[in-house]
Amino acid sequence: MNDTVALLQKFNAHPDSRCWYVAWNPKGTLLASCGGDRAIRIWGREGDSWECKTLLQDGHQRTVRKVAWSPCGNYLASASFDATTCIWKKKNDDFECLTVLEGHENEVKCVAWAPSGNLLATCSRDKSVWIWEGYLSQSLSFSVDEENENENEYECVSVVNSHTQDVKHVVWHPTQELLASCSYDNNVCVYKEEDDDWECRATLEGHTSTVWGLTFDPSGQRLASCSDDCTVKIWKECQPEGGQGTDTAWKCVCTLSGFHGRTVYDIAWCPLTGALATACGDDGVRVFKEDETADPDQPAFSLSAHVPKAHTQDVNCIAWNPKEAGLLVSCSDNGEIAVWNYQSGV
Amino acid sequence: MSGGARLENANPLIFQRTGERLRTANDEDEDVADPIDDREIFDLIRSINDPEHPLSLEELNVVEQVRVRVDDQENTVGVGFTPTIPHCSMATLIGLSIKVKLLRSLPERFKIDVHITPGTHASEDAVNKQLADKERVAAALENSQLLEVVNQCLISNARTG
Repeated sequence: MNDTVALLQKFNAHPDSRCWYVAWNPKGTLLASCGGDRAIRIWGREGDSWECKTLLQDGHQRTVRKVAWSPCGNYLASASFDATTCIWKKKNDDFECLTVLEGHENEVKCVAWAPSGNLLATCSRDKSVWIWEGYLSQSLSFSVDEENENENEYECVSVVNSHTQDVKHVVWHPTQELLASCSYDNNVCVYKEEDDDWECRATLEGHTSTVWGLTFDPSGQRLASCSDDCTVKIWKECQPEGGQGTDTAWKCVCTLSGFHGRTVYDIAWCPLTGALATACGDDGVRVFKEDETADPDQPAFSLSAHVPKAHTQDVNCIAWNPKEAGLLVSCSDNGEIAVWNYQSGV
Repeated sequence: MSGGARLENANPLIFQRTGERLRTANDEDEDVADPIDDREIFDLIRSINDPEHPLSLEELNVVEQVRVRVDDQENTVGVGFTPTIPHCSMATLIGLSIKVKLLRSLPERFKIDVHITPGTHASEDAVNKQLADKERVAAALENSQLLEVVNQCLISNARTG
C-alpha cells in the first residue's frame, strides 16, 4: 500500500500522567488537551513546533477526561471525574470559567456540543445522558465591556437513562439534532427530541464488550463505533420493514475485525476525506479507507496505513484536523501528543 | 480490618510460602539483561496483604506462580487470582491491589491483565470487566478512601516480606 502516516511532531503534554483526550478547534489552528494531571492545555503552532499557549489548572478536582470546542470556537467545555462539566470562554490566549454544570452523580465521561451551538450533551458512570440548553454569544464582537447577562445560564432539559451501565461517549450528528451514546453495557443508543423531551429511539446491539467511541461519517448517514471487543462496527440508518411510524432502525452493515490487537479506545471519521482513523490499546494508530463497492448498504473498508508503535503506551484519542486534509493528532497514556500527516497514494 | 465485624471467610486454608529464588550465573552477570519472568511478577504480588486477614495472598493461595504468565517480548503480563470463596465480596479489591502493585512496579511498556481464575467466583465476568477497564480503575484510584484501603493491602512488613 502506498498510503502512509508520517510523524510530524511528538511532545509531552501532561507531565507524569496520562493524556486522555485531544481536540482541534473548529478552525484547526489550536489543540486542546486534557489529562490525569487535572489540567487542560491549549497548544498553538509556532513554525514547526507546538507551544503551550494556555494552562488551565484549577478548573477540576480530578482527572479531566474530555474537552470539546463549541462550533464557533470561542468556548471550551471540559468533562471531569469530579462529576462536573466546566464551560470556559476564550479571551485572547486566556480562558475564563463561565459556569460549572453539576448534576451527574459521579465521573462525567464526555461532553459534546451540538452543531447548532446551543445544546450540550454530557454522559457519566451514573448511566445517564444529560442534555443541556444555554445561550452563548456566537461572537466576541460585543463592545469591550459588555457581557451578555444570560451567558451563564445553562439548564438541563433532559436526563435520559437508556443505558444499564457507564456511558462512555456522546456524539452529535453533523447536521441534524440527533445524539448517539455508547456504553460499558456494550450498546449504542440514538436519541431524538420528541415534545421537548429527549428519548432513546434506537438501541444498537452487536458489540460483545464496552463500546468506547463513536463517530459519524461526513454526511451523517452512518455511524462508526469502536470497542473493547477489538472491533469497529459501521451502522447505517435504514427504513424498517412495514414502513410505518417515524422511527428508523439502525443496522450494522460492516464489522472490521482482526485488525486491532487490543481495546479500540477512539475512532474518528475525517470530514474532508472520509478516511477512518482508530486509536488502540496496542499502542497503534490505524487508518482505514472505504472500498469502492456497488452496494452502499454493504460497505467495505481496508486498512490503508498502520503505525504499530505510534506511542509507547495505549493510544487514547485520535482526531482529524477539520480544515487540513490528512493532518491527524493522537495522544497516549504516556502523556504525549503526536501530530501525523496521512497521505493516500491514490 | 474492622474489629468485631464477622469475617467472610473465618477459617481460610493457609499455604506454605515458596522459598527464595535460586540465583543463576546469568543473574549475577551485569552484562546480561534480565528478562522479566513469571517468578519476578510472583515475587511482586505474593506479599500483598489480604484485606480481611493478617495473611498474604500467597499464604491464602489467592495467587500462585503457576497462574502468572509473562511475555517479556510481547510486553504482556497475565495474573489469575483465586478468591478463597466463590462469593467473596473482596474479589474486586484484591484484583485492584494486584493490578496497582504491578502498575507501580513494572516498566510502562507492559500491558497488565488481572483476572479471576476461571470457575472460582460467582461474578467473575463482572469483576474481570471492571479490572480491565482502565478508566474505571483510574477513577477508583482518585477516590482517597479506596486508595487508602488499596495502599494498606500493599504495605509490606517484615513478616510477609
